[in-house]
Amino acid sequence: MQASVTKTAEPARTSFGTHPDRYAHWRMSVDGAIATLAMNVDEDKGLKPGYKLKLNSYDLGVDIELYDALNRIRFEHPEVRCVVLTSARERMFCSGANIYMLGQSTHGWKVNFCKFTNETRNGMEDSSRHDGLKFLAAVNGTCAGGGYEVALACDEILMIDDRSSTVSLPEVPLLGVLPGTGGLTRITDKRKVRRDLADFFCTTTEGVRADRAKDWGLVDHSAKPQAFAQAVLEHAGRLAASSPAPAAAKGVALTPLKCNIDASGYHYEYVDAVIDRAARSATLTVSGPGGAQPDTIEGIIKAGVAWWPLQMARELDDAILMLRTNETEIGTWLLKTKGDVDGVLAADAVLAKHRTHWFVRETIGLLRRTLARLDVTSRTLFAIIDQDSCFAGTLAELALSADRGYMLQLPDEPDRAPRMALSELNFGTYPMVNQLTRLATRYCGRQEPVDEARKVIGKKLDAHQASELGLVTFTPDDLDWDDEVRIALEERASLSPDALTGMEASLRFTGAETMDTRIFARLSAWQNWIFNRPNAVGEHGALKVFGSGTKAKFNWERI
Amino acid sequence: MAINYSEKIPNNVDLSGNKSLQRALEHWQPGFLNWWSEMGPDESTNFDVYLRTAVSVEPKGWAHFDFVKMKDYRWGIFLAPAEAERKINFGEHMGEPAWQEVPGEYRSTLRRIIVTQGDTEPASVEQQRHLGLTCPSLYDLRNLFQVNVEEGRHLWAMVYLLHAHFGRDGREEGEALLARRSGDADNPRILTAFNEKTPDWLSFFMFTFITDRDGKFQLAALAESGFDPLSRTCRFMLTEEAHHMFVGESGVARIIQRTCDAMKEHKTEDPVKLRALGVIDLPTLQRYLNFHYSVTSDLYGSEISSNAASFYANGLKGRFEETKLADDHKLHGSEYPYMEVVGGQIVTKHAPALTALNERLRDDWVADVQSGINRWNKIPEKAGIAFRFTLPHKGFHRRIGLFTEHQISPDGKILSEAEWTRSHANWLPTEEDRAYVCSLMGRVAEHGKFANWIAPPPRGINNQPADFEYVRFN
Repeated sequence: MQASVTKTAEPARTSFGTHPDRYAHWRMSVDGAIATLAMNVDEDKGLKPGYKLKLNSYDLGVDIELYDALNRIRFEHPEVRCVVLTSARERMFCSGANIYMLGQSTHGWKVNFCKFTNETRNGMEDSSRHDGLKFLAAVNGTCAGGGYEVALACDEILMIDDRSSTVSLPEVPLLGVLPGTGGLTRITDKRKVRRDLADFFCTTTEGVRADRAKDWGLVDHSAKPQAFAQAVLEHAGRLAASSPAPAAAKGVALTPLKCNIDASGYHYEYVDAVIDRAARSATLTVSGPGGAQPDTIEGIIKAGVAWWPLQMARELDDAILMLRTNETEIGTWLLKTKGDVDGVLAADAVLAKHRTHWFVRETIGLLRRTLARLDVTSRTLFAIIDQDSCFAGTLAELALSADRGYMLQLPDEPDRAPRMALSELNFGTYPMVNQLTRLATRYCGRQEPVDEARKVIGKKLDAHQASELGLVTFTPDDLDWDDEVRIALEERASLSPDALTGMEASLRFTGAETMDTRIFARLSAWQNWIFNRPNAVGEHGALKVFGSGTKAKFNWERI
Repeated sequence: MAINYSEKIPNNVDLSGNKSLQRALEHWQPGFLNWWSEMGPDESTNFDVYLRTAVSVEPKGWAHFDFVKMKDYRWGIFLAPAEAERKINFGEHMGEPAWQEVPGEYRSTLRRIIVTQGDTEPASVEQQRHLGLTCPSLYDLRNLFQVNVEEGRHLWAMVYLLHAHFGRDGREEGEALLARRSGDADNPRILTAFNEKTPDWLSFFMFTFITDRDGKFQLAALAESGFDPLSRTCRFMLTEEAHHMFVGESGVARIIQRTCDAMKEHKTEDPVKLRALGVIDLPTLQRYLNFHYSVTSDLYGSEISSNAASFYANGLKGRFEETKLADDHKLHGSEYPYMEVVGGQIVTKHAPALTALNERLRDDWVADVQSGINRWNKIPEKAGIAFRFTLPHKGFHRRIGLFTEHQISPDGKILSEAEWTRSHANWLPTEEDRAYVCSLMGRVAEHGKFANWIAPPPRGINNQPADFEYVRFN
């Protein structure tokens, strides 16, 4: 059962912490309300050996830096209203994900890489939609595949009209795979490119130059090389004008997270991930705030990076990424909380009261994106609501994100039984990627149960009440608890991981699609299927033979 | 009100120390008693019945005889003694320690197996509940009641497993076992054979001889289970099941004896004359045998079954006497014969042994039934009568499995629908047969007296004489 973990002493672990001082691939600069992220990939600094990151192509390491930079802009540079995404290279904006990296990666690695890059791009749109941080893609050179996809995630695209640079999505004709980082979805859903034009565009390798790109709606603006820098300033300035960011504010430095990693798992201050390798499960325990918490803006700013909602969100975000990337066989996550329900409700009240302040707003944003990350995690999520837990308000979202919730009943000691509670924040502050709250999603679009749930805001619900409201799945009492939970976990762990991933992803999102759910569900699901097919990754598959001079050989059967 | 557990419910499962089990039983036990008073033996409440009660698993303890009222019967919970360091003896988990707790992976499968087995126990009580009104003797009435209370105890045994190991689901299944009713169109028992009527004592004896023998083989296969509590429960149940088959086999044997005596005395084989004498002619007995044999054969399920294969591969249900068989106990690559109709012929084919486990268990049962038939045949043989009972072909009158779409005669010929319609009255009990058997059913409740159609037993129960007052009506 444990054969796979005995291979090497210490497998290389990917970590997501970095700092602008250590960026190998990006240059970040801030000038008043405008931040510029210039891509400048060091081809020799790929995350893994075996490929060179030529032509501003990227791998997970490049994207980890992008994600870090975005969070630093959000928290360390609150005055920034518009981010200009561009390249530090001449005539080369970005050529997309590195093909050789994809060619040598395992299926699981590719899928996880695409998920993370998708989340980062969705996060840009999330910040624009909710927090008014705008993005301008300043496409100053050739922009292909994943390069064009990251530009598509920006609010507007300004393209250089130098008669040679193109935007393109050449994945289908060149590599036999899809533009899987949202490209195929965003050109229609976001940019409203007509589907027949999109069909043509996605099957041509050379792409489209600025004039036609603008005609077809693939970009918003174009400018000649001499006028490009000025155009960037103008468009960025215009976008910045709509942002609510404060004119002058001191940021909060995102100091490195403290994580103690040992054989038993990943241990942060408020988040603890303990791994049971035999059971292939991890218990993720999120602790509520301890001690007195600030309730004024001054106090919150003073707490800064150590403010419980922010530190907890950062730790949870990191734990999710670490487990996803480094612990692929740990298929079941038990979501637990530890602490005081009143403490969490009080923290929620502070979040709600000061939500228009940039720091609180950004903290809520990070929580929102982190919870959304949980929703699209390809692991079974069971909420275990036992004694001393504090699934309240923001932390109740963990239970609502789970595939099932088990809540302990203590008929003989009702005072010691765990309680759940909802807060105002459960009713709109943390929408999922389907733009619905977890409660609305849970009730499959029915308004009545949402209204019922709203009536109990702030009330401490026992297992029976939580069950009545449909917030939990099963409520075993203390006599049944251990066996019920054990059996459920053993049963779950015996099922096909592939089928579970598909089933969970299908059940977690009810109701109408959004662009984001289409990216995760339709585009990613197809991409992941294609990634696993011989026509892409077989000996003669297009992705495998790319660059070798040999032509791909396809099995022509349509499926 | 709290139950005094060790007093009321004899057990060797530490009932008084197991709170969750107590809680489950506190709720279930009144439900069981309601069910017993509603669906148990008709009009029997005040009878004192000479019954054996299992009070422990020691050789002396499982057959304790006394007069009791059935509603006060001490339905106990017994597991055969634990085998030290028992292993899983077959399938893909072979060699691993036997499971003492339900492995989560097999929870629903095991629950299904236990519920299906458990459902047959109250079902047969329901099927037989009116028979007491037409008993052929006190001896037979006592035997019926013994079978009934032990089926009730077997229900307890299965419900114990559900309560002890399956949490809330198990408790719900326990309730459902009391809620289903044999023959109820809206809420039937799970298996078809257990929704058939047991309208008369001949059917009862045939049922206990043939259908309880299916129970024996199912229990024996479950006694091999890697889930140790199931194994131990079934091993103890098997000790009681033997008596039920004895009731059936000896019951029919006594009918044969009585008929043979009448045939000799009146020097006739003519059914019409024999019926006029008030005994059951041998061809009618053969037709009842054919019916019960074929209906019970269906209980083994389809000849080729992927469920049976996975039960085995996962270590949940073994073969009959698995541990005495000399092979790899995994059945990789081995085959087993089965019969099928191909192009108008019955041919023997071979299937992977794993998928043919139903057929194998059926064959083990067939051989066991055949030995009983051989013992019956000694009676006409001894009397110098040429008639011999035979088992019909396995494809005869089947409603489940590969013969379902075909009409097969008892000697194994494929028949057209027309031929079947013309001939089946020769092979299966007719309305007339049933009406005749029914007409014989009158209550004989004087001690020492026996109905005309059945011979007295050679000896009584627990070394008591045959004319002992086994039931006191008060």
